[in-house]
This record gives sequence, C-alpha cells and structure tokens, in this order.
Amino acid sequence: MNYVLRKTALFGVTLWAAVTLNFVLPRLMPGSPVDAALAKLAQGGQQVTNAQRRAIEVQLGSPHDGLLSQYVQYLGNMARLHFGSSYSFPNQTVAKTIEGALPWTLVLVGTTTVIAFVVGTLLGVYAGWRRGTRSDATVTVGATFFAAFPPFWLGLLLLFVLAFKLNAFPIKGGYSPGLTPNLSVGFLSNAVAHSFLPALTLAITSLSGWVFGMRNNMINTLGEDYVTFAEANGLRTRTIALLYAARNALLPNVTAFGLSLGAVVGGSVLVEGVFSYPGLGNLLYIAVSNHDFPLMQALFLVITVSMLVAIFVVDLLYVRLDPRVRRA
Amino acid sequence: MSLSTTTPPHGDPGTTVVVPDTPAHVPGPARFLGRALRTLWSNGKARIGLTILALIILMAVLAPVFAPHSPTATNFTPYQGPSAANWFGTTGNGQDVFSQVVYGARVSLLVGLLAGAGATLVAVTIGLIAGYRPGAVDEVLSFATNLALVIPGLPLMIILAAYVPSRSVWTIVLVVAFTSWATGARVIRSQASTLRTRDFVSSAVFSGEGLGRVVFREILPNMTSLVAASFFAAATAAVMAEASLEFLGLGDPNTVSWGTILYYAQQQNALLTGQWVLVFAPGLAIALLAVSFTLVNFGVDALSNPRLREK
Repeated sequence: MNYVLRKTALFGVTLWAAVTLNFVLPRLMPGSPVDAALAKLAQGGQQVTNAQRRAIEVQLGSPHDGLLSQYVQYLGNMARLHFGSSYSFPNQTVAKTIEGALPWTLVLVGTTTVIAFVVGTLLGVYAGWRRGTRSDATVTVGATFFAAFPPFWLGLLLLFVLAFKLNAFPIKGGYSPGLTPNLSVGFLSNAVAHSFLPALTLAITSLSGWVFGMRNNMINTLGEDYVTFAEANGLRTRTIALLYAARNALLPNVTAFGLSLGAVVGGSVLVEGVFSYPGLGNLLYIAVSNHDFPLMQALFLVITVSMLVAIFVVDLLYVRLDPRVRRA
Repeated sequence: MSLSTTTPPHGDPGTTVVVPDTPAHVPGPARFLGRALRTLWSNGKARIGLTILALIILMAVLAPVFAPHSPTATNFTPYQGPSAANWFGTTGNGQDVFSQVVYGARVSLLVGLLAGAGATLVAVTIGLIAGYRPGAVDEVLSFATNLALVIPGLPLMIILAAYVPSRSVWTIVLVVAFTSWATGARVIRSQASTLRTRDFVSSAVFSGEGLGRVVFREILPNMTSLVAASFFAAATAAVMAEASLEFLGLGDPNTVSWGTILYYAQQQNALLTGQWVLVFAPGLAIALLAVSFTLVNFGVDALSNPRLREK
C-alpha cells in the first residue's frame, strides 16, 4: 500500500504547513494585530484578563517571547483547541462557537458538492458526447455564465425573487427562530427549507468545473480505439457513451475534487453571510465585520483543516476506483 | 538559412561547431500579437468574449462620455428607482447608479488585469524553475504549489486583506496575485518538464547558455498559449475575488467599483426596499467581464489542444 502511505505522509506534511502558515501570517503583517485585538476587546467593554491577553499574544504574536517558544505554545494551544477569546461572542470560547457552526457548513457544503458533481458530470458527458452540436454549445455557454456569477450576488437575486417577492422560502437563518436544533422530522424539514436557497446558489455556481472537466475528458476518451471498436461492434450509442467512454472519463474528474471543494468553501463564506446561515462562513463574515482577529484566525485554521481531511478521504477512496494506483 | 562552420580556438581540430550566421527569423511582438488575435478571432466563443471585453474596455476608457453624471456627486434624491434622469435609480447617498456602474468598469478592469498579470508572473517563474530543475528545487516548489492549491483561496484572501491596515485597490491586487498563482504554476511546470528533455533545449545548454536564458528565451516562448490561458484564468479569478472582498467591506470604500456598489447596496438593504437594479446591474457587469475572460480562454485552449478545436 505504497500509495496510501505516500498520501498519508503528504497529508501530515500539508497539515503541518497549513497550521504553521496560520502561525506565520499575523506575524508577517504590518502593524500589531495583538494591539489591535486588545484595543478592540477593551472597546467592547470586556474586562481584559491576563489569561485573555496571553491567549491572544500566543495566537497573534507576542512581543516578549522568542519566536520558537511562541511556536511551541501555539502548537500546544491548537492541539487542545484553545483558540483564545473572541469579542463577537464574548460569552463562549471560540472553540464552542465554531463547534456549533461546523455541522451546518459540513452538511451544506457536502450536499451541495455531491449534487453539483452528479449534475455537472452528467451534463459534461452529454456535452462531450454531442460535441459540436447546438446542445453542446447551450450547455457550455450556460455553464460559463453560471460560473461567472459571483455566488453572493446570485444568492441576493434568488433571495429577492424567491424569498422576498414570492415568499416561497424563508428569508434568513438556518431554522425558524424559537426552535432548538434537534433531530426530529419537524426541525429537519424546517432546516431543509432554510438551506434550500443557499444550497441552490452554491450548486449553480460550482457546476461548471465538473461540466468542463468531464466534457474535455469525454472528448479525449471518445478518440480512443476501444470506443471506435465498440462502435464497429454495433453497440447502442447510449451504452458506448455511458459504459465505455464516461466510465473512463470519470477518473480524472474525481481527482479534481479537492480544487472544486475549495471553490464551494470559498463561495459558502459570502453566501452564508447573505442568508445569515448559521455556519462557519457566516461566522467569518461576522468576524471580518468586527475585526475579530482571534475568531478569524481560528476559522481559517478549521476551514483549511476540514478541507485537507476531505481531500485526504477522497484520495483514499480513489484507491477503490482506480486499481492502477494500488500497484504503482 | 545558411550555416558556417568554425573551428574552436583550443579544441580538437577535427571537431567543428555549427553556428548559424544569421539569427532565425523571429516575428516582432506586434506581428506576433496580430497573428494570435487573428487565430483567436476564428474561434466562435473567443470572438464573443473579445467583443464583450472590447466593449467593457471602451466603457472604462470613455467613462466621462458615457456617464451622464459624476459617480460621486450626491445631488439626487436618495433611494429612487429607475427613472429617465437616473436610468438605474439612485443610491442611499443620492448618487446616480448608472454613472457609478460605468465608472466602476475602470477599477474592476484594472484590478482584474493587474492581479491576473501578477499571478501569471509568479506562476511562470515558479512553474518554469520547478519544471526545469528536477530534484530538490522541484520538490520544494511543487510542494509549495500543491499547498497553495489546497488552501481555500477566498478565506486566505479575506484573512490577508483583513490584516493589512490600509484599504486600497493595490492591497486587493497584491492579495489576489499572491493567492491565485498555483493552478497556472502546476500546468506550466508539467509543460516545462517535458520541454526540458527536447533537443533544442539540450543544444542551448551545450552551447553555454545560462539558466535564465535557457528558461526564459528557449522554453518560455514554446508555451505562450499556456501562459495566456493562465493569465485569463487568473484574471477571471481576480475579478470575482475583488468583488467578494469589496462586498465584505475589505476594499477602499472611497473608490467606485462594481464591488463597492454592491457593498453599499447591501449596507443600505437595497433589496428589501425593492431597489433590485442597484444590486442587479453591478453584479451583471462583473459576470459579463468574467464571462468574456473565460470565453477568450476557450479560444486559447483550442490553440494549444487541437482536439478541442471547433470544426
């Protein structure tokens, strides 16, 4: 299992690099994020305790300690999920705030990615198979336009037309005010109704990568000899398109999963903000509006690590899909 | 092309070095650009893209001609819908939205092109060196590229832009250029590593050309279409990223760009007061600019991959 070992090592090193980048960034910046953060904390009327000052210094850079001891303390804090205190949510720890928001984003981004993958890949197979025809042009140009819509703008328009004018969907939030999150059918259907528009927005804007990737792979695969052979054997066109060409064209598209996920995660930041959806993106939106550096810093780390884990899982699943990598 | 043979001064008299006495004909930059544009124009999608792009550039350059009012003058009744005097209505501060959208083309276009060029410069440098120097150099640069690929771009840009104390267009250009180079670098690296073993590169190395000359004068001209493709891809990303950052309030609030119009529209709850044109128009302009870059890129892709060419 050479492949699995190599991917695991790569995951470990990438994780370390991402955590270290999070440590280095605030220290490279002009001005002092620590002073800015402390000033903001005091401005909010909070009592700045020594422990809080210490936590912020460890996270954003302390003028007193050497870089190495700061780094060691930082790694320790990250491992124990000590992210310091945020001034947007003064009554709970940053870890607690993020814990409440993480499931919402995981569900939203996860389902959206799966829907966009299935729909986009099928459209790509269709466009590649009907290459050069009017239907190919319609799919390609349509996908180009959808990809060019800024996600938050499409979200605003859908919000205006479907929620505000037609009242078909709730305007904001992840569930109706007054409800407490639980796993009952009533609450879940309420949450689905609230998530529908953000999910639709993200799915539409992230569709195009799958369409183009699959279309290009199809065109390359359709030039292969075994496709010509299948045609010469008189197999039905649908059998050739789906079972011969698409099946082999799909593999390179799966490896593009990580990049696509990054686009969805990026889009979800502003889309969640637009819909006040209670996920990580909305927290980042709030953190930026409040210049809440500790919360921003922790969110960036959590978002990056979640993405690395997702890509790692896809890499491992890839072994099941492509037997060649097992032997390589 | 005639060749002359010379005997090296200290070498074995039996071996000769072949030196061309006239340089190969290289078309000038103007002719090269003209030929590339003509080939692009023959692609249907690229033709639409070039037309939209030309119109947006025209609008940006001739903004004072097209815009009926100053984009910053606050001398209209605020919160008005579209009318004969204000085609797209007015903002909450009493500015003419149509004039703002026309002038906004300047900043959005400038940021898109500059950040795209910056990201391409980084991508070309890192990709070429990594592809040409296998071993440790390649390992380090490739790892950096893969890291930059998997770190979510927009959250990183938001963090960077939030830390930088000054709010200006240049901050956004730098932040976008710094975060959007990885895709291009990966493509250019793989192309450079296949070109590295070709005969013309080996002969350039054996004739004593330095690293910079081999990489930038011998290898680079053979992947012009890849560089162009990564430029347009980066420019598309830059236009979208600029809009997102400005919508979050991380741009310069005093400049008029499509992103800041959307920021103020959201701050003033334009949609809930029914002023949908104020949101619709700048967003559509952003989408059109991004679409034009992508469509041009279809033509560029077809140049480098004949299988994608339209029959």
